[in-house]
Amino acid sequence: MTMNSMSNNSSNTNSSSTRRVLDEGDISRSLTRIAHEIVERAKGAEDVVLLGIPTRGILLARRLHARLAQITGRDIPIGTLDITMYRDDLRLKPARALEHTEIPAAGLDGKLVVLVDDVLFSGRTIRAALDALGDLGRPRAVQLAVLVDRGHRELPIRADYVGKNLPTSLREAVKVKLVETDGLDAVLLGAREEQPSHGEQPPPGGQQDQQHSDSSDKNAGSTQ
Amino acid sequence: MKRHLVSTADLTRDDALLILDTTEEMAQISTRAVKKLPTLRGRTVVNLFFEDSTRTRTSFEVAEKRLSADVINFSAKGSSVSKGESLKDTALTLQAMGADAVVIRHSASGAPKRLADSDWLHGSVVNAGDGTHEHPTQALLDAFTMRRHLNPGRGKDLAGRRITIVGDVLHSRVARSNVHLLHTLGAQVTLVAPPTLMPFGVDSWPCETSYDLDAALPKSDAVMMLRVQRERMNAAFFPTQREYSRRYGLDLGRAAVLPDHAIVMHPGPMVRGMEIASEIADSARSTIVEQVANGVSVRMAVLYLLLGGSEPAITTAASPTEEHTK
Repeated sequence: MTMNSMSNNSSNTNSSSTRRVLDEGDISRSLTRIAHEIVERAKGAEDVVLLGIPTRGILLARRLHARLAQITGRDIPIGTLDITMYRDDLRLKPARALEHTEIPAAGLDGKLVVLVDDVLFSGRTIRAALDALGDLGRPRAVQLAVLVDRGHRELPIRADYVGKNLPTSLREAVKVKLVETDGLDAVLLGAREEQPSHGEQPPPGGQQDQQHSDSSDKNAGSTQ
Repeated sequence: MKRHLVSTADLTRDDALLILDTTEEMAQISTRAVKKLPTLRGRTVVNLFFEDSTRTRTSFEVAEKRLSADVINFSAKGSSVSKGESLKDTALTLQAMGADAVVIRHSASGAPKRLADSDWLHGSVVNAGDGTHEHPTQALLDAFTMRRHLNPGRGKDLAGRRITIVGDVLHSRVARSNVHLLHTLGAQVTLVAPPTLMPFGVDSWPCETSYDLDAALPKSDAVMMLRVQRERMNAAFFPTQREYSRRYGLDLGRAAVLPDHAIVMHPGPMVRGMEIASEIADSARSTIVEQVANGVSVRMAVLYLLLGGSEPAITTAASPTEEHTK
């Protein structure tokens, strides 16, 4: 899907307009801090369930899971939540393949669900995730952990745990690279390409909101 | 752009795998407390059934409702069709009412194709069984059931698996759809039927044929028994039911020579004691009930992929694009 194809886009990584905002060490320290914050806020993380949002949110959730295990000595339930069918822009783009949703066996009722995603942008992905959660159970509370908050919210949504607040312009693109899919850990800030560069077909004329062609923009809404 | 599912022969391997993988996710929905997705909210799907069907129509209806589509059931009985309305006028009426998709079952082979190729309707056409031609969603749910048992996992196909389809192949749209789809997925299909129930021109199908069930069974990974469709028979195709059952029915003795992992399938409705013994239909290796459950998931996947976005995710014959067809 969108994200996997991004890894091939290495030419952009080398171009002078791309800046490395976080490196491997920064990402690692951010996640460690977030893990500690989760334990602190949840007073021991007794009832925490981590839900990663595909694709990179899942990888980040796994890393948080490992850190929480170190801190608390317990195995925190972890799952994945695909929000594709809850998106508000479904009918603006070609139908897309679904990602895997896996809810821990103990369910979500009465739990403290921590949603994990890579970049918080318009907030539309998170709105979709909240809708999806409503069909899956009734958590005691829902919190949001993101590696990067790049601003430009289009909905009244905020993150509870943020790796880095990154003021950006709408002309810029934030790319999160993780070892598991991209071979390196980094957050890059560069100019947004004008051409759709990913594997999906460009939309059939008319709607060009497809310009957000990078991983951070899976939740992009209107660009105005 | 057209977006239809009329024949499994139109599906590429990638399309078929995309549908099966999507089905895998849809199957999870059925295990939830809230079995509902907002995906097709505001879309209207018409179930246009010119031929009796409980199982398929109900299955489509459940799938449509789980995706939040508005469902309209239109059956030939008690409708304007019984007053002599043509397919064209029915289609024009549905178009005027704003149908986003039409699920059609018709006793005439080719009726869905006619609808899909015409400009009577702008919505998607999904073939829910046409005459003795095709029944694509049944084949997809069969393939999904086989994959779950024989080669589970996302992105997996049925390469090298041996599938035996037994019975009234002549009148079976299920057999025809299965042969094309299973061939696309890499399986080796053997059709077993008495000579009178083997369709004309079957040698051009991508499968083997045999008149001998006992020879085919020991090397089968899956056996699909077909119902003898007496309602479509206007001639004597075999001497007696008992003789048919003795030579082509799956009884305890025959089931015993199947490999241990082999599954027994039936698209339903089945006639116990005719093509399949009751003990086999209720045995652990029978997937008959599971097939019904998978039917809902497969139809959700097809409807989602055809209607969920601005254009369908699966390439069909009506919309061949170069990069997808190869």
